[in-house]
Amino acid sequence: MNKKFEPFLPIIGVAGLFAVWFAATAAKLVDPVLLPSPFEAGKAFWQGMHGALGFDFVKTIYRTLMATAIAAVIAIPLGIVLGASEKLYRSLEFVIDFFRSTPASAMFPLFLVLFGVGDETKISVAAFGAILVILFNVAYGVMNARKTRLLAAKVMGASRLRVLFDVMLFESLPQTFVGLRNGVSLALVIIVVAEMFIGSQDGLGHSVFEAQQMFEMPRMYAAIFAAGALGYGLNLIFLLIERRFVHWSGK
Amino acid sequence: MNAAQHALRLQSTGVPSPVTGALRRPHVTIRGLSKTFGKAVIYDNFDLDIPRGELISVFGPNGCGKSTLINMIAGLIPVDAGEILFDGMRLDEIKFGYVFQNYREALFPWMRAFDNIAYPLKMMNVLPAERKARTERLVAHLGIKLDLNLYPYQMSGGQQQLVSIMRALVVEPEILFLDEPFSALDYEMTLFMREQLQKLFMDSGTTMVLVSHDLEEAVYLADHVLLLSRHPAQVADFTLVEAARPRTDATLSDAGFVRTKAHCLEVFQREVRRA
Ligand SMILES: Nc1ncnc2c1ncn2[C@@H]1O[C@H](COP(=O)(O)OP(=O)(O)OP(=O)(O)O)[C@@H](O)[C@H]1O
Ligand SMILES: [Mg+2]
Repeated sequence: MNKKFEPFLPIIGVAGLFAVWFAATAAKLVDPVLLPSPFEAGKAFWQGMHGALGFDFVKTIYRTLMATAIAAVIAIPLGIVLGASEKLYRSLEFVIDFFRSTPASAMFPLFLVLFGVGDETKISVAAFGAILVILFNVAYGVMNARKTRLLAAKVMGASRLRVLFDVMLFESLPQTFVGLRNGVSLALVIIVVAEMFIGSQDGLGHSVFEAQQMFEMPRMYAAIFAAGALGYGLNLIFLLIERRFVHWSGK
Repeated sequence: MNAAQHALRLQSTGVPSPVTGALRRPHVTIRGLSKTFGKAVIYDNFDLDIPRGELISVFGPNGCGKSTLINMIAGLIPVDAGEILFDGMRLDEIKFGYVFQNYREALFPWMRAFDNIAYPLKMMNVLPAERKARTERLVAHLGIKLDLNLYPYQMSGGQQQLVSIMRALVVEPEILFLDEPFSALDYEMTLFMREQLQKLFMDSGTTMVLVSHDLEEAVYLADHVLLLSRHPAQVADFTLVEAARPRTDATLSDAGFVRTKAHCLEVFQREVRRA
């Protein structure tokens, strides 16, 4: 096949999905109430993004980024400190692993008691989940710094502090970005769930849930689609930042 | 072999000896060096003098302790016992360079080649302007044509190793350690790098200790080949290589060179068989 067409290959999958969807609704294979045609859903998406859905979209972005930012500010320095001292990490490893494995959604009731039903609860539960993911990855990145590189710095007369900032920090960056990408994805999941249930007035989760309750299926699909686009977009943005700042990653 | 025999052997090959007095003042003196890893005794009361301004190749059976020796001299791993002095001084009082086998993992990929080379000067608290000037001076002196604005991962293996050798040389070290520096390069690049190293050695006169697993390379580059026995490692021979510098392809077929190489091979095989 001609190489020029290769960048367009992903479009085939998207077109195929819409074609199947369209065929299914046109042939009335599915109840039209449960699955509206792609045009109806698209219309709802387009109109929604210029109105209420757009507002919910921005709200969810804000909460997700807030949670991720808080998590990063706490987890990155902590991860470096933990990773730099193998003994410290080993003694906390179980605790970190345990909470990393605990579904953050199980923490909602606790955080509700602590922070009430406002934004703080959603953001802090999401931050809690993201912190552990980022922390784990940063510490791992620091611990797995190439021994040769650390030795090289030591041989050139670098002090322990210098080795930490000149070598370990950079060595951990690729893994840190893995943590950030996983962290932001997890934060989005938690935020959307939180928006559905804890006395929420806005956000994509609220939008999906409300549309479903009122049986406005096109609107529900539009909101689901918006959430998907947001997740994909956030991941992409972090990847682009990573490529720019961690240019040596994987080379 | 005990210390006295060792001294005799050194004398028999015409090399400075701690007992009979130096023919030429040794640069590095190693006395009573001992090192064990778990149950394995790698060095037991090991003595060696490294002559000043010479290139010494270290050759011996796999796992006999070649890397361990230069890593102990360069302070990368601690000694169990013994003393290593440089003109009577300790390691932290002298400037030295170390070139790793694995250049890919020894250079800093987040820095451009130029900054990699200048990095040791930063560790010596040299000011930025001076760092730049000294690095530029070294590059000009070596006459190496390389785009130093590239990142290491944008360079070939040989170029990367050249950068790490320059990084080791920028501090104007009194002694340079190289642990199998060319073994990760392809043959063509290896031949090129041998010439580069010989040129650097002739230009700078820096004492160099080179670990090599290629006997021809070891002999070709060396003033003396240090042949080690299986561990606990002893000096099996300290062979003088007389061929004049610069050595070239013609040197490889020179009768004296071939004889020296054959002698080293013989000693090596004797040590390998003595399991
Ligand atoms: N950190 C370590 N822990 C335990 N054993 C070690 C360690 N480093 C080296 N050894 C052992 O000490 C011996 C000497 O190792 P060294 O790396 O110095 O050998 P070498 O002569 O450089 O070998 P090679 O030809 O493979 O490079 C080997 O038997 C090795 O297995
Ligand atoms: Mg070795």
